[in-house]
Amino acid sequence: MAYPESMMESIKRLEATRETRSDQKIPLLSLSEREVLLKQYHPDHREGVRRQIQVGINRGEMIPNELADLFEGESVVVPEHFDLSKPKYETDVLVVGGGGGGVTASIFAKENGAKVILATKMRIGDSNTIMAEGGIQAATSEYDSPALHYLDTMGGGGFHNHPELVRALALDAPMILDWLTQLGVMFDRRPDGEYLASFAGGQCRRRVHSAADYSGLEMMRVLRDELYAEEIDILEFTAAIELVSDESGSCAGAIFLNLDTQEQFFVKAKTVVLATGGIGRIHIQNFPTTNHYGATADGLVIANRAGAKVVFLDSTQFHPTGTAYPEQILGLLVSEAFRGWSAQLVNVEGERFINELETRDITSSAVIREVIERKKGVETPTGMVGVWLDTPLVDIIKGSGTIHRVFPHLFHRFKTFGIDITQFPVLIYPTQHYQNGGIQIDVNGESTVRNLFVAGEASGGVHGRNRLGGNSLLDIFVFGRRVGITAALRSKEIKTGRLTLQHVKEYHDALKKLGIQKKLKSPLIFPDYRFERALTQVHQ
Amino acid sequence: MKASRKGRAQRNGFIPIYIFGKRYEAPETLTIQKAMEYVGYQFVRNCGCRGGICGACVTEYRTPGDYKLKIALACQSVIEPEMQLTQIRFVPSHKEAYDLSSLHGDDSVLVKVYPELLRCVQCNTCTRVCPQEVKVMDYIAAAMRGDIKEVAELSFECIMCGTCASKCPAELSQHQIAILARRIYGRYVLPPSQNLQRRIQEIKEGKFAPVLDALLKLDSEHLKDIYLQREQEPQDSSGWEPKNRDFPQDQLT
Repeated sequence: MAYPESMMESIKRLEATRETRSDQKIPLLSLSEREVLLKQYHPDHREGVRRQIQVGINRGEMIPNELADLFEGESVVVPEHFDLSKPKYETDVLVVGGGGGGVTASIFAKENGAKVILATKMRIGDSNTIMAEGGIQAATSEYDSPALHYLDTMGGGGFHNHPELVRALALDAPMILDWLTQLGVMFDRRPDGEYLASFAGGQCRRRVHSAADYSGLEMMRVLRDELYAEEIDILEFTAAIELVSDESGSCAGAIFLNLDTQEQFFVKAKTVVLATGGIGRIHIQNFPTTNHYGATADGLVIANRAGAKVVFLDSTQFHPTGTAYPEQILGLLVSEAFRGWSAQLVNVEGERFINELETRDITSSAVIREVIERKKGVETPTGMVGVWLDTPLVDIIKGSGTIHRVFPHLFHRFKTFGIDITQFPVLIYPTQHYQNGGIQIDVNGESTVRNLFVAGEASGGVHGRNRLGGNSLLDIFVFGRRVGITAALRSKEIKTGRLTLQHVKEYHDALKKLGIQKKLKSPLIFPDYRFERALTQVHQ
Repeated sequence: MKASRKGRAQRNGFIPIYIFGKRYEAPETLTIQKAMEYVGYQFVRNCGCRGGICGACVTEYRTPGDYKLKIALACQSVIEPEMQLTQIRFVPSHKEAYDLSSLHGDDSVLVKVYPELLRCVQCNTCTRVCPQEVKVMDYIAAAMRGDIKEVAELSFECIMCGTCASKCPAELSQHQIAILARRIYGRYVLPPSQNLQRRIQEIKEGKFAPVLDALLKLDSEHLKDIYLQREQEPQDSSGWEPKNRDFPQDQLT
């Protein structure tokens, strides 16, 4: 049996309502209804979960407590003792991060004539990119347009998005899709070459282009293969632990920690690209996460000390369909494409409670309301409570075999734990998925610190306060390309001044002056899951 | 299953496991990855996505009373009593540097780039050890025949952990051969999308710049009004056309 008896009772109710549910229409919420739901149930709006940054360029910005602890931490580098006069390497463009954004930036910087070093604290490809399931947005179909893509993205972000970034995102998207195809990405396509696009929440047109539910893996392994063909120096298991400035305040390189040997060394660079990804592994409000092991906000921490402005970091994306059972894979992503392919969200009684194509912030809030306020969740043997995602509906509505074809990865994952998702629903609950905000950038990805560029999840502004599904894979390539080109061209016109870690000293001094106790060293690099911390804590 | 060794007390709900030959006890419901963390390991290598997709945590193990060497992803597999496990930190592999744009989809390309392909002895070890249950030997056979489509489709779920390459008596790096085939398939075998080429041309001609520039200038109330007038494409959209094909341009004059 796939589920314990206690959960099977609810599944029977779900099966009993399936026929009447399948053509039930639930209208999308109005803007004011959305606002009320978010205020009442979205985890961002809980009491006491965030606080103001007290020192540095971002003083006054609200950020989650877990991130504030890192911002108030002590540098891994001792700035008074580090010798900047002997860089281990020198380069034109230094890229930090080995996910889709960093690899794309490296490839384009190299193509634009720069000498490039790419450093990553894990292996090339170990990133949230590789874990993306659903796909990439681009307005390619006849009745779609970049203008509709723009509107959907702005609305999804609560109209907070920086408009010029969204314009770049929507207009570059078709060209990026073509570039990926030319690199050999096996998108889902018809025999005549046309792409098979699907829905994500908040989209008025089918616009998500996929490679089954391995979209991110497929793109990442192709990009990595392309990267290896370029003459780019790659430093794996090498974590960036501080940025270096010159006397004018421009960025001029970074200090790294070799994780195999513990050596700290300096890479001098004319321009630096941060593509360091997100924050899931600092576990905001103790939520489980869909993110990879290295998503610990390292780029945010060092960019903040170096004086780069951040935006919308008080806004975190909780993906509505994180795995709630079995416990071994708690928090892992169940692709939004399931809802795009007609799967429904259903409570313990077998009732729907929200239009499944609402945006992620809205859908997550509705799930939390169903579980916490209305007490209509389904409890697992270990005390986790979730609601059903009625996956078998996909085969019923779209035809037998659809799940095997469109979701081979998720079919395989649940089968490992004895659950056949073509026959039984999966239990889900919101999980930390994405950092909506980040380091503020312009349309070429440059931060407020000169010669410091940022691409992908580490940056902020593109997605406002809520990112749409399919816009993150797009973001990393659009802005990875833009920063790669701009950083390469910029590197040709730079004369670096005297090098300094003064910003780190000043940050330490400012914390000390306010009497803020440094709780930990930062950046964190990896979470600590040793001993009792390896056990699941249920926190909803 | 044999009982645990004499004289070793077990706590209720805990089972003994041997990590690199050293005995520990861990809660029986944990994955291999979490069990290693529970006993005190802090991963640097052998841990990546924690979601079964990156191939960093491939684990080899044996269980009592069974001669078989088993392979699992540590993040996706629950511990077993008295399993003896090890993890390989890195798999050396043979990867050729090539420029995809200078390769073509003819049926000899795989053998040209990776001539060792022909050394396959069809022992099937690669398929047996694959944690993704990819039919590795079958795609290598297809690669020998030059059937790029077959290699691409059979290898599609490869996470490139390299376990096949670490065990192959003919010294192939199967996962590197497979990605070349998939890239050739993605680029050359399917015809280009007409819709995409048309859209790129429209963008190059500046067709959407005026409407986007106009949207950019709107105050947020006006933008919200337009947003709310979007027409939703239905789930079943075969034969569907939007009622207003000039939206949102027509809202901006």
